[in-house]
Amino acid sequence: MAGRTETLLPSAEPVRFLTDSGAAARGRTNYPTPDPELLRRAYRAMVVGRRFDAQATALTKQGRLAVYPSSRGQEACQVGSALVLDENDWFFPTYRESVALVTRGIDPVEVLSLLRGDSHCGYDPRRHHTAPQCTPLATQALHAAGLAYAERRKGTGRVALVCVGDGGTSEGDFHEALNFAAVFKAPVVVLVQNNRYAISVPLERQTAAPSLAHKGIGYGVRSERVDGNDPVAVLAVLTAAVEHAREGNGPFLVEAQTYRLEPHTNADDPSRYRTEAEAEEWRRRDPIARLEAYLRRRGHLTDTDVAAFSAEAEEFAESLRTRMNADPELVPLGLFDHVYGTPTPQLDEQRALLRAELETTSTPEALS
Amino acid sequence: MTTMAQALNTALQDAMDGDERVLVFGEDVGALGGVFRVTDGLAAKFGDDRCFDTPLAESGIVGFAVGMAMGGYRPVVEMQFDAFAYPAFEQIASHVAKMRNRTRGRIELPLVIRIPYAGGIGGVEHHSDSSEAYYAHTPGLKVVTPATVEDAYSLLLEAIDDPDPVVFMEPKKLYWSKADIERLERTEPFGRAAVRRPGTDATVVAYGPGVPVALEAADAATAEGWDLEVIDLRTIVPFDDATVAESVRRTGRCVVVAESAGFAGVGAEIAARVQERCFHNLLAPVLRVTGFDVPYPPPMLEHHHLPDVDRVLDALDRLQRDDRPDTRYLDVRDGAA
Repeated sequence: MAGRTETLLPSAEPVRFLTDSGAAARGRTNYPTPDPELLRRAYRAMVVGRRFDAQATALTKQGRLAVYPSSRGQEACQVGSALVLDENDWFFPTYRESVALVTRGIDPVEVLSLLRGDSHCGYDPRRHHTAPQCTPLATQALHAAGLAYAERRKGTGRVALVCVGDGGTSEGDFHEALNFAAVFKAPVVVLVQNNRYAISVPLERQTAAPSLAHKGIGYGVRSERVDGNDPVAVLAVLTAAVEHAREGNGPFLVEAQTYRLEPHTNADDPSRYRTEAEAEEWRRRDPIARLEAYLRRRGHLTDTDVAAFSAEAEEFAESLRTRMNADPELVPLGLFDHVYGTPTPQLDEQRALLRAELETTSTPEALS
Repeated sequence: MTTMAQALNTALQDAMDGDERVLVFGEDVGALGGVFRVTDGLAAKFGDDRCFDTPLAESGIVGFAVGMAMGGYRPVVEMQFDAFAYPAFEQIASHVAKMRNRTRGRIELPLVIRIPYAGGIGGVEHHSDSSEAYYAHTPGLKVVTPATVEDAYSLLLEAIDDPDPVVFMEPKKLYWSKADIERLERTEPFGRAAVRRPGTDATVVAYGPGVPVALEAADAATAEGWDLEVIDLRTIVPFDDATVAESVRRTGRCVVVAESAGFAGVGAEIAARVQERCFHNLLAPVLRVTGFDVPYPPPMLEHHHLPDVDRVLDALDRLQRDDRPDTRYLDVRDGAA
């Protein structure tokens, strides 16, 4: 049993490949170093993702989005979680995973529908094998476990990866999801982005465990903790976690220790619960700068590349800005669509009521 | 003779026979066959990968079922008792009910959540709640409750076939009710109430555990010269306004029987709908006979709480058959002044 305990527990220290400045970290790790091409893709996606994130924050200030939860500073986790999955694997995001969704190839306008407020989910979850962004905390971890178990039963070889925050680990569904996943050997990776604050409540109020990754052993789940601002380490550990799940070894819990540099959302005021000095310390561990230094030093990234990625990011933001400045098309009568497969007679009556209201006030298009 | 529990069991067997995507899981549904034996023999017949026990966690069971339905299965999960289903409420209200809508029809959840509910079996605390209003108040769910052995079979098969999530509420006290049936068959689809007893003087609307009470009251009322029509809703959502309104317009009087606490309950909704649709045909106020607005009582006291035949007959007395106005509420107000 002791041997098994050791294989379940996370490493003594978070897995690191890079120092804060992007040099090779000392110490050994059993995780293979990710392929340079994957690291270049990650770098490019992080640059684009950060620009997207800044643009979304700006759009919120302009009133184009109802709310935007930024993931600035967490790009290694955002991009890493998207890049380690195959197209047919399933991804279960929270509301903070916009950058991950963009990295997964989903149209950024569709990604932002939820936060703009024109639709609860702008993209087609089946087409992208991506669940709707989940607002209730950790509830989607059970969906990921159930779906992964379904895939295992069908023998498709597909896995699921679900994102949860540090606050979410306190929810009962987090516990139930890990427990179900372990009991049913569901091929699911649970990625906890521990960004140290659940809105204002610090990690110390969420848990007295040695780390969030230590929770895995209580369920018999293989667990690991990783420097969440080290893109090389995040990719290395997540790749291993996905392989572990895909090979039929059951779930894998990864805690990525990171930091949310921006407020919880635009409506938040972090100065009330954390110091600027603390944020500054985390800015020095910037995942993009670290990976850039690492790749440049190894000759995998040139000035030309950096300039090209930066230009691509600007274009991406420009296009997003233009498209988001157009008002979304709203269909009031669509309220009654998709409540049930076939509307109830009562819903038909209510649709007629709204239609009559609209007929006195609206253009014909609104009634289509 | 077939009991309701056996009819439900047969429905599960037939569904599992007909579609291998149908899976049954929950607490004690495997080797034990469920605490009410509704899943008896399923694990033996279909294998323990199609009928299986889970960890003891209701939110987990429902949330896991959501994922499995997304993955192409048709889960039929059991919540062991009404009040034990509350930990799953967030999954039911925020995800089960909304998935189709929030994904604009791209993800549908064909799953059934079976909940043994209501009282009358001498259960101790937390084993007798009437929780149907919580689910009926949540758009996106269908809420179904059989009152007869035939319907138990038919409605459960209908629920499993339905593309929408169904909260299937099984009246515990009717599990052992019997019917002499040669072959269980599909009856009417969802959204059709059944007239269990045609009548001319007043309409009694009931569902689930209230239906036998209403029928018994109708028999007793004949002694006083009442010819009651009894309607069994069968499905609370979708609700059959047409059948109920047609009946009340004809009889001019209506009593609603529901075992749950009356305040803000399904009985209140029925009364309001009848009043909205039948006001000009009504000869008396629409009355409700429901449980009291108290936490479900200890088993030795439950008979004081549950609507029974006498309470239904008392309500009939207040239906102004001889044109005397019902002054009960006026008296109370005057008395208090």
